[in-house]
Amino acid sequence: MIIKRMTGEKVFDFFNITLMVLIALIMLYPFYYVIMSSLSNSNFLIGDKGLMLTPKGFTLASYKMVLNNPNILSGYSTTIIVVVIGTTLNVMMTALGAFVLTRKDLAVRRLLTYMIIFTMYFSGGLIPTYLVVYKYLRLGNTLWALMLPGLISTYNLIIMRTNFMQIPISLEESAKINGANEFVILFKIFIPLSLPIMAVMVIFYGVGHWNSWFSAIIYIRDRSKYPLQLILREILLLNDVQGMMSEGAGTDAYNIGEGIKYATIIVATLPILCVYPFVQKYFVKGMMIGAVKG
Amino acid sequence: MKRIMAAPPQNTHTSLGYRIKRELHKNRYVYLMIIPVALYYIIFCYGPMFGVVIAFKEFDIGRGIFESPWVGLKHFKSFLADMYFGRLIRNTVLISFYDLLFGFPAPIILALLLNEIKSLWFKRSIQTIAYLPHFISVVVICGMIADFFSADGLVTKFLVVLGGEKVNYLGDAKYFRSVFVGTNIWQGIGWNSIIYMAALSGVDAQLYEAAVIDGAGRWRQVIHITIPEIVPTIIILLILRMGQIMSVGFEKIILLYNPGTYETADVISSYVYRRGLSESFQYSYSAAVGIFQSVVNLFLLITANKVSNRLTETSLF
Repeated sequence: MIIKRMTGEKVFDFFNITLMVLIALIMLYPFYYVIMSSLSNSNFLIGDKGLMLTPKGFTLASYKMVLNNPNILSGYSTTIIVVVIGTTLNVMMTALGAFVLTRKDLAVRRLLTYMIIFTMYFSGGLIPTYLVVYKYLRLGNTLWALMLPGLISTYNLIIMRTNFMQIPISLEESAKINGANEFVILFKIFIPLSLPIMAVMVIFYGVGHWNSWFSAIIYIRDRSKYPLQLILREILLLNDVQGMMSEGAGTDAYNIGEGIKYATIIVATLPILCVYPFVQKYFVKGMMIGAVKG
Repeated sequence: MKRIMAAPPQNTHTSLGYRIKRELHKNRYVYLMIIPVALYYIIFCYGPMFGVVIAFKEFDIGRGIFESPWVGLKHFKSFLADMYFGRLIRNTVLISFYDLLFGFPAPIILALLLNEIKSLWFKRSIQTIAYLPHFISVVVICGMIADFFSADGLVTKFLVVLGGEKVNYLGDAKYFRSVFVGTNIWQGIGWNSIIYMAALSGVDAQLYEAAVIDGAGRWRQVIHITIPEIVPTIIILLILRMGQIMSVGFEKIILLYNPGTYETADVISSYVYRRGLSESFQYSYSAAVGIFQSVVNLFLLITANKVSNRLTETSLF
């Protein structure tokens, strides 16, 4: 009886592990395929490509084309500006909001907390938000339209507040006796003691800005201000590789377009892929804090 | 002298004006910090909430939100009479339903299977790999989907081996929902399993020890301990999911659909975008459609919560 059960469990373990390996392959292989295609000679990418375990006719031509493309470069620089300035503002504002909600002797604390939580459940929706940003604040066609509307994620604010609340009150009291005001307490005590959660916030907001495209499509008119993701959309989904092939692409224009697509994906995703292995555990941690408190 | 000093302050100390002044002075730096935060919430959160009134008005850019004339429920009525109304409701509900039917259990099953793996190193690696698609931008994901499901694409090739057609799957309306829901599962299965993994890691090890002493094998342990432990989590997430039946995220839809597939792909949120911000600029009408969506969602959420409360005694509120 026990032996029978043991073999049954062994069979299950075997299938379970096989299934997990299969899932890992399904998750990873598409990305591997894209990398291999981006390193291939575009002429071989037309028609049936097979399983692509190695590049077909190894060449870096597609990458040269992409990295010399003015649209990609301007998209990259716009995105970097938005990521750097936007994330800095996000984290600062989130820290201010979270800190304010930890002030126990603040008369308006409860009111403020309710008003902030309320926005997690109700929002104006797409069109009214657009009208406020575009028609009333006149932020259309500026990079502010990409940074200000999502300045504070209330979800992140709650996570940070939870973290701030675990800081021992005695530290703050002794600082106060030495004449520190709240700004000093926030920047010299709270933030330095919460560096892990600050890192999580930088990553949360940073990845969000890097991957965002929809606000640009509704607010930015000027092509020179398009972020990377909008340029990507034109290349990948609207199949607009014309701009890239103007310089001496000749008759193989369509073929070259194939390689460019894959190389563009890699160039645009590489920063995320590089930081991913190091940051994913923080993401999971952040998500768990939110889940427990939510 | 002493009496005069003592009496009047008693009065001023309790007056509202004095108390406000004292509070403002005592917390002056905190109020300074509140200013930018409050401005953000008032302008970008409460501003649009108030702006919802345009759904009941005939919004005129020149006259603004305040001056535009009221039209009552006109826009809601014309949405109900819209020639696309039936199609939008059908597509939205069907995509949500398929996503619920296949996409909701998938991460639960993954979490249960991962939980049975003993090698910590192997488990962590699988988790890390499974979360990856969540971090890739939706534009890149959709670009890859468009490439893989084209007539010569990677996935199409597998489907042909399994007896499928060799066509561009995104160009054919009858396949849109399957592609959409299938790729949704691929994107979300890992990330959505985190919350179940968290619930599973909280299970008291003594329960398993007791079960082993009672002679329960692994299968019985899963049925009688593991699954009951995550049922409350499942119910809460299911209720929340019910409150989103009417909203299919529009980002992936508008990246993947085209006029040829609107018949099965166009959902309420993508229609709001097209009518309001892309093909035409009917702000009031699309705001009304947006409200319709939120109200139905709220109704479904409350209903699901009530039903769950009665049947399982688990509820959100």
